[in-house]
Amino acid sequence: MSENRNDLLNTVDRIIDEHCARPLRESAEAGEWPAGLWRALEAVGLDRAALPEEAGGSGLAFEDAMLALRRSAYHATPVPLAETMLAGSLLAAAGLAVPQGALSVAPVNTSDRLEFVHGSTRTSVVGVAHRVPWGNLCAQVVVVGELDGKDIVGMVSTSGSVRGVEQNLAGEPRALLGFDHAQLTTFAALPGGLARLQAGGALCRSVQMAGALERALEYSLLYANERVQFGRPIAKFQAIQHMLAQLAGQVAAASAAADAAVEASALAPDEFAVAVAKSRAGEAAGKGAEIAHQVHGAMGYTREHNLHYVTRRLWSWRDEFGNEPHWQRRLGRLVAAHGADALWPMLSGL
Amino acid sequence: MHEFRFDPVAMPAAAEALRSEVRAFIAGEVARGAFTPSRNSWSSFDPDFSRKCGEQGYIGMRWPKQYGGHERSALERYVVTEEMLAGGAPVGAHWIADRQSGQQILRYGSERARSTILPRIAAGVCYFSIGMSEPDSGSDLAAVRTRASKTEGGWKISGTKVWTSGAHMTNYLIALARTAPKEDDRHAGLTQFIVDLSHPGVSVRPIYNLYGGHDFNEVVFDEFFVADDMVMGEPGMGWTLVTSELAFERSGPDRFLSTYQLLLESIRAIGTDPDARSANEIGRFVAHLATLRRMSISVAGMLERGEQPTVEAALVKDVGTAFEREIPETFRQLIPTEPSLGAGTSYAELLGMSILRAPGFTIRGGTREILRGMIARGLGLR
Repeated sequence: MSENRNDLLNTVDRIIDEHCARPLRESAEAGEWPAGLWRALEAVGLDRAALPEEAGGSGLAFEDAMLALRRSAYHATPVPLAETMLAGSLLAAAGLAVPQGALSVAPVNTSDRLEFVHGSTRTSVVGVAHRVPWGNLCAQVVVVGELDGKDIVGMVSTSGSVRGVEQNLAGEPRALLGFDHAQLTTFAALPGGLARLQAGGALCRSVQMAGALERALEYSLLYANERVQFGRPIAKFQAIQHMLAQLAGQVAAASAAADAAVEASALAPDEFAVAVAKSRAGEAAGKGAEIAHQVHGAMGYTREHNLHYVTRRLWSWRDEFGNEPHWQRRLGRLVAAHGADALWPMLSGL
Repeated sequence: MHEFRFDPVAMPAAAEALRSEVRAFIAGEVARGAFTPSRNSWSSFDPDFSRKCGEQGYIGMRWPKQYGGHERSALERYVVTEEMLAGGAPVGAHWIADRQSGQQILRYGSERARSTILPRIAAGVCYFSIGMSEPDSGSDLAAVRTRASKTEGGWKISGTKVWTSGAHMTNYLIALARTAPKEDDRHAGLTQFIVDLSHPGVSVRPIYNLYGGHDFNEVVFDEFFVADDMVMGEPGMGWTLVTSELAFERSGPDRFLSTYQLLLESIRAIGTDPDARSANEIGRFVAHLATLRRMSISVAGMLERGEQPTVEAALVKDVGTAFEREIPETFRQLIPTEPSLGAGTSYAELLGMSILRAPGFTIRGGTREILRGMIARGLGLR
């Protein structure tokens, strides 16, 4: 790994170390905005890391921005970093300015649609968006929808539109936003906007799952080497070794799939690579979390141990921005429609 | 903790140009009826096809030109192998020699072994078998009982090898034998020898597999003479050689494409407008396949850089062979078929043979359990 990348990882590690202690995690799950942590991330430009430099980005390559996101997920960092990155890249793609502050995106639920309407003096948005990540704590959300039959991306204040707040299994807020002619503060055309939002979100969640799985493996290895039963560390039992080897296989596959999708998506999310990544990482999330917990025994089932911070995210993220069947079906239909003989050229890129 | 890594690898332009060339070659061979794409590509023995591959420069690709090689990269070789497997080409005759034996001879063989054997392998006319397993030594390879004792100008080998694929058709075998008594370090005192199977003093007897096919053999040596210059490396280096050989054996596309033809025929049978469940399953396999391919290419990149990606290779094989085995299990439920034998080239036959061959995938080249033990060691658990 290059020195720059190591620096980047060290930066994320240092911020987590200084600003993300257990009390903060607990207060974030109680619904409080982790202001200090977010400020620290903003201070080093991570919120804008995925933006091109001319759009106010921090000059990092897209791969590096995703590496930082992955590391934040490894630390189960309770902030809308993925959402802010994604929202910013949608605005930038449409040539719109990216504001300061945490952002979210809507609609994220694959069956929600928002409608944009022209008024005499303004353009506004109508409709309901379910489970908008951090939607209650972000002042603005980036919305996509259709206006006069064209794909549009815009921005709207959340003020007055939050109809309810749920949490995902990791205690991250998921807001119900209801827009009743809420005014767009800015908007522009973005062809394929909704597909881009969904694939971009799925890409982020794939990267995050890879990071969380990496941590789940690390916790499991540590615990298996420490925990003594029958006079030896449980890591010495073949049954445990084989479980951990399988966990490593899931981690390796999730990482490889996420890396491939990141590589293919520097300019815009690559639907095929993202579908592969979200399906594969989502499958690894479930299988990996199961093994990690089995290895940890009762200890991993407590609030005290840190394992749940990553596994509860894995169990949530695999269902956000389209679950495995959603992306598998898209892949499957694509492959079937092109026919068996087109599969190998599709895979090998030739 | 050991970190396993699957670094991204960019395919060089030369490799992509080669891909088109290989694909056209395979299509040409199919078109002129030289072969029908086969489900067991790398266990289909076809010397004619191997000779043509040799003429095309598709064997011994990484070796120096002086030994008949083509001085190309591991990634170019990777492209050729995956195109052959995806195209169902009958590459079985030269597969082992190209994948591992030739590579090992180049690295550890004597000058005579290199100059007399490698050019013939590269020409597609000289084939190898693997002589590791024995009746009482499979997963526990250090327990081999085949012995070689020093004699003038060489060694005399006595013992029995089993599960020796293709030995009734190949020219050579690389035999692992004990050359010094077992000590505390049970990995010491082992040596690999290049054995010419055409010489008297070695007998080859078929061991039919569960579906009645003849691939396996039992190979018996009785005071069989091997000259000093057919020893691989120095006497006693056998364990190191075997370990490095297995990294080549475990990470390639042959570890996840064994049932690729069944996947293709299943997609064909399901048609262009699949129902939700079929679309899910096809999509899931495609996601797995794309991921495995990336992992495997990453290992090829590490081999190219001269690294020893033992854990990564074991991970590819463990995850890859599980994938190969799932394909028949899933599609038999989506495309209700009674798997058949003797049904020609029908889907029922393809499914039947895939089911019958599947148990071998997670055994050959190191069982799933041995691989998981190696991965665990890499993770710092043993």
